[in-house]
Amino acid sequence: MNDLILVILLAGVVVLSTATAFTRDPGRQALVYGGYGLVLGVTMVALQAPDVALSQIAVGAAIVPLIVVLTVTKVNRVLEQHRRARERR
Amino acid sequence: MSTRLAGRLVLLALGVAGVAAVLVVGFGALPHFGDVSHGYGVRAVAASLSHRTANAVGSVTFDQRAFDTMGEELIMFAAATSAVMLLRRMRDEDEDEAEFGYGGEDVVGALRLTGTAFLPVTLLVGCYVIAHGHLTPGGGFQGGVVLATGMHLAYLAGDYKVLERLRPSSLLDIVESGAVAGYLAVGLIGLGLTGSFLANWVPLGSFGDLLSAGTVPVLNGLVGIEVGAALVLLVARFLDQALLIRGEGEDA
Repeated sequence: MNDLILVILLAGVVVLSTATAFTRDPGRQALVYGGYGLVLGVTMVALQAPDVALSQIAVGAAIVPLIVVLTVTKVNRVLEQHRRARERR
Repeated sequence: MSTRLAGRLVLLALGVAGVAAVLVVGFGALPHFGDVSHGYGVRAVAASLSHRTANAVGSVTFDQRAFDTMGEELIMFAAATSAVMLLRRMRDEDEDEAEFGYGGEDVVGALRLTGTAFLPVTLLVGCYVIAHGHLTPGGGFQGGVVLATGMHLAYLAGDYKVLERLRPSSLLDIVESGAVAGYLAVGLIGLGLTGSFLANWVPLGSFGDLLSAGTVPVLNGLVGIEVGAALVLLVARFLDQALLIRGEGEDA
């Protein structure tokens, strides 16, 4: 039973990490990466490492996606500005 | 396919095959998962018990291999400092105080309630994880990360102003550097008292007590403060860039 849970979780990690790599849009990628971070954290709980799981979930599922989304927001606004400046000319 | 790309792919295949082969051979020779006897584990647990540290993992990271942890902490410090420096406000950028992206009234009630209710709980859990790092799973890194993440519930609940009041940046700068300096100071005092850097020189107390394990809880606390402050400062710079700072001619 324990092995089955572990196999399911590890399969989830493989699927979600591959999905992260193949998601091209950075904004969506941040969300997929957040899901991957969550599953990786749960896998660590199943492997009896709750402390590592805690930091994995906090960093992988919250802080990194947040930083990426904030960066995408900023970059999009700058790009939009450049586009408008070109149109005015 | 150009020959250059083909060459790269061959190189990649060679590298992947090499790493895979070494990993398979290496994993094959590992002790089985959950085995009772493990050469390093047995010795680490004995050393941990001799320093009255209940959490053997904490003993490895903050006592037996405290020097490696110092390296790790300095990497974190350097990385966070450089990122904060890169994201500072430049001369041609304005800080738009009026524009916060969204305010408290734009947030769904349920999210606001959840954020407000969980903020103190999460901060408490963070402090608990740091304070009990030498007794139960957890420690400075984990607790610090929980503290930093928890603090941003204040932003989720809708008030960037509340978050700004929770994290006075100039104070956090000093606290962060102070915690790193404190780690080095604990190591140097050990060097002076016992002749070896980062020796466990604080009285060991009794096994399983909150005040036990000597320098382990001290270093845990310092690392917790450093990691928490570094992450909060880092995310703060990103939030400022996305919400407040406008480059030349950049609209809100």
